[in-house]
Amino acid sequence: MTPEELTQMRDQTRQKKSDCKHCVNVCTAAGCLSLRSDQLKDAIDKAVHHAGRQDEVTVKSVGCMGLCSGGPLVSVESGDDEVMYHDVKPEDAGELVQSLDTEPVKRLQCPSDMPFFTQQTKIVLENSGKIDPELLEDYIANDGYAALTKALTEMSPEDVIKEVQTSGLRGRGGGGYPTGLKWSTVAKSPGQKKYVICNADEGDPGAFMDRSVLESDPHRVLEGMALAAYAVGADAGYIYVRAEYPLAIARLKRAIRQAERAGLLGAHIGGSTFRFMIELRLGAGAFVCGEETALIASVEGKRGQPRPRPPYPAQRGLWGCPTLINNVETFANIAPIVRNGGDWFASIGTEKAKGTKVFALAGKINNTGLIEVPMGISLREIVENIGGGVPDGKQFKAVQTGGPSGGCIPIDHLDMPVEYDTLKQLGSIMGSGGMIIMDETSNMVDVARYFMEFCMSESCGKCVPCRVGTWQMHELLTKIIAGEAAPKDLDLLKELCEVVQNTSLCGLGMTSPNPVLSTLRYFEHEYLERLNTNGHGATAEAASTEGA
Amino acid sequence: MSSETAKPKVATIWLDGCSGCHMSLLDTDERLVDLVNAVDVIYSPIVDPKQFPEDVTVTLVEGAVSSEHDREMALIIRKNSKLVVSLGDCAVTGNVPAMRNAFKTTELLDRAYKENAAHNAKHPTVGLSPLIEKAQPLHAVIDVDLFLPGCPPPADAIFTLITDILAGRETQVTELTRFGR
Amino acid sequence: MNMSTLATPQVITLQIDGQDVSARADESILDVARENGIDIPTMCHLDGLDPVGACRLCLIEIEGTPKLLPACMTYAEEGMRVLTDSPRLQKYRRTILELIFAERNHVCSVCVSNGHCELQNMAVKLGVSHVTVAYRYPKMEVDSSHDRFRLDHNRCILCTRCVRVCDAVEGAHTKDVMGRGVLSAIIHDLNEPWGDSDTCTSCGKCVHVCPTGALVEKGTASSEMAKRTQFLPYLTRMREHHS
Repeated sequence: MTPEELTQMRDQTRQKKSDCKHCVNVCTAAGCLSLRSDQLKDAIDKAVHHAGRQDEVTVKSVGCMGLCSGGPLVSVESGDDEVMYHDVKPEDAGELVQSLDTEPVKRLQCPSDMPFFTQQTKIVLENSGKIDPELLEDYIANDGYAALTKALTEMSPEDVIKEVQTSGLRGRGGGGYPTGLKWSTVAKSPGQKKYVICNADEGDPGAFMDRSVLESDPHRVLEGMALAAYAVGADAGYIYVRAEYPLAIARLKRAIRQAERAGLLGAHIGGSTFRFMIELRLGAGAFVCGEETALIASVEGKRGQPRPRPPYPAQRGLWGCPTLINNVETFANIAPIVRNGGDWFASIGTEKAKGTKVFALAGKINNTGLIEVPMGISLREIVENIGGGVPDGKQFKAVQTGGPSGGCIPIDHLDMPVEYDTLKQLGSIMGSGGMIIMDETSNMVDVARYFMEFCMSESCGKCVPCRVGTWQMHELLTKIIAGEAAPKDLDLLKELCEVVQNTSLCGLGMTSPNPVLSTLRYFEHEYLERLNTNGHGATAEAASTEGA
Repeated sequence: MSSETAKPKVATIWLDGCSGCHMSLLDTDERLVDLVNAVDVIYSPIVDPKQFPEDVTVTLVEGAVSSEHDREMALIIRKNSKLVVSLGDCAVTGNVPAMRNAFKTTELLDRAYKENAAHNAKHPTVGLSPLIEKAQPLHAVIDVDLFLPGCPPPADAIFTLITDILAGRETQVTELTRFGR
Repeated sequence: MNMSTLATPQVITLQIDGQDVSARADESILDVARENGIDIPTMCHLDGLDPVGACRLCLIEIEGTPKLLPACMTYAEEGMRVLTDSPRLQKYRRTILELIFAERNHVCSVCVSNGHCELQNMAVKLGVSHVTVAYRYPKMEVDSSHDRFRLDHNRCILCTRCVRVCDAVEGAHTKDVMGRGVLSAIIHDLNEPWGDSDTCTSCGKCVHVCPTGALVEKGTASSEMAKRTQFLPYLTRMREHHS
């Protein structure tokens, strides 16, 4: 597809949309789909036909609208007006269609001034819930592939890297490594063959940002990867996506096929000499395969285990070639950066953290779902305002960020801005964007043990400290919870945290003590309360006897 | 008498062990005479008292903690001793007694007293302390001050450790002995 | 990382434990240290096999690098200042060794490798007289299905030397690792009994590279199983000459 053809398709699709009086968007991402939003969409379709209004009303499957707790979600666009509906059932379809030219259905309507919608800044999710993820035209109508065309026609690879550097974008997968720096390292690494890999092996408990992006706007990721490949000089790419995301996989496959057919992937992209192919690789459910060296091993068909770095994948990655690995959200930011310029992106967020971040709100919070907020927003704003606070009149206790590698932040620090460095100071990490909110009923030792159990069962078993250390720490936490641990067991736990943190081979092992360390930092009394100060600790198990 | 009571009081005991460590202690041969002159052995399989005494300077413990009786003894030993030494691999690591830990105690007793019994197949009920679920090294049950691994620890190692304790010296035990042997 | 393909390896100088030493850029810190009489403890490393950096005993401190790095997979760089035996490293090594002892059922006194065991010797070297972490006491299998050899999972420390020698030196790749975390285990082919393996050539290399009594020759009694690893560097060197 040449730039001209692209523009043509964009304008045609836009025209078609404005010809339509109403557009009814039904969320068909995994959350709403599990509430049978597909049946809802059929029901609305039928109601539209029944009313004989199929020429002026479009019914569309779209991606995630964010407010998963209110699913199935429907939005109705009428000209410039948009009305959001929550908890819509197939039997509401008729009423909904009847209301199109009159007053909205009050009982299903989301308040238009709801902070959940008004307080967000959308870059990554700009198309989510608006376009049909299965239609290439829909993406193109929203400036899709305009950035790639612009790069191929107006920019050198160095220019693209420059824009990304100017934007100040940092890796959204957890580490927060400057993306532009990574790109320029790969670009400068000597080698004929280079690869681009998209890490879509999202595995943190309670995190579903990447899944949602892939399900709602798959072409955005493909475009980001193609721009990266152009910038670093790669001609092949892989998306490593976990097999537990069947809908994301299906939509990615379709998107790749569409892009190839439209000449936006493959040879002579956009009529240029640039070629780039993308293949999917499915992860078999190992958390450690989100670690880049383990991911590379898995793509190569080997056992998914990390290896020591250096050398970093930028020097020696897939099949020994320089490899660029970024996660889904990082790639999803690229097209807007190239389209609007790095300066535009850098104007959002704070001095040290630019742009926005997508978070998945889960746990004890009213508005569970997906949000995108500017960097530097306070945790309080997220929890109390956007998230709508803690349900059932309970007291907020802590927010867990960063998944199993992260930590728990208590109420006293709720006014801290969400940034890489501040979260680190608080003993947690930005991570990939999971946010689990806990109320007064959660005990923090239980929380620590939950995450330790996760790390223990997800340890790949290659290095000793992670393989056995996580088991030992889990055992000690279990003992503390059972009230069978002595003070010296707590000392041993702290010692093991230090050893595992400093000696493990990869990030998974090194960060596995974090949930313990951060809960110890803010909630040590909950540990102390459960210690048995009389016993030797270990005797408790020995005391259980079996009758002879 | 007064010079006698001023001597350090030593106790030795075996819990779930094979007595090999005590044999190794006896293997110190003529140096035993020096030891006996330096200390009072007030409780041991090789001396008379049946009650574990109070106010012991050093207790050498052979064997793992395997039964309720072992556990009770361990607690008494800790309470009544200034210094507790784990003597040999069973006390230090659990060693052979702990090889049963992968099985349930009922499985073990069935194997020993039922499956392999020619007649009168039943678990013993009299005179045996119930087994605890897992045989444990001594320091899993009480605080232990010194460890002398080895199966058994060599006589020289035992002798050096005791004389070092009496002289108030620190012993580099891994230079004298190791796990197994 | 194998950098031996470089045409002319650069010669550099660095400092290990305050001692000035010279090295080629393709030499690991472990190699350079050993050349200079500085002993860094290792369990998974074996001369002649590709390093994996898994046991974490050879971790070293490098000035200016916050992370501890495995000496077996860290390559010499000009001006590097390396510490191999700081009190912190000693402490971590002892804990790691304790973790290994606690993981499975290492009963030295009844082991055929008693007295010839690298794990046992390592405890002596690092001054580990007892294990402070809890023993796991897992129930593990013993595979005696092979005519000549035996695999006792109770004594395996998952160093993967056997896997590597079988793959890279013998070329059979009979052995590999299955499962993850503490449930990881050495398997033959697709987890079949060793004796049923179609790919095993019965060469016995795995037995002799095994640091403990996990892989042994049948017919050995307690303390009789001495390993002979000398063949490996020799074999590797001969191959390099021919290739």
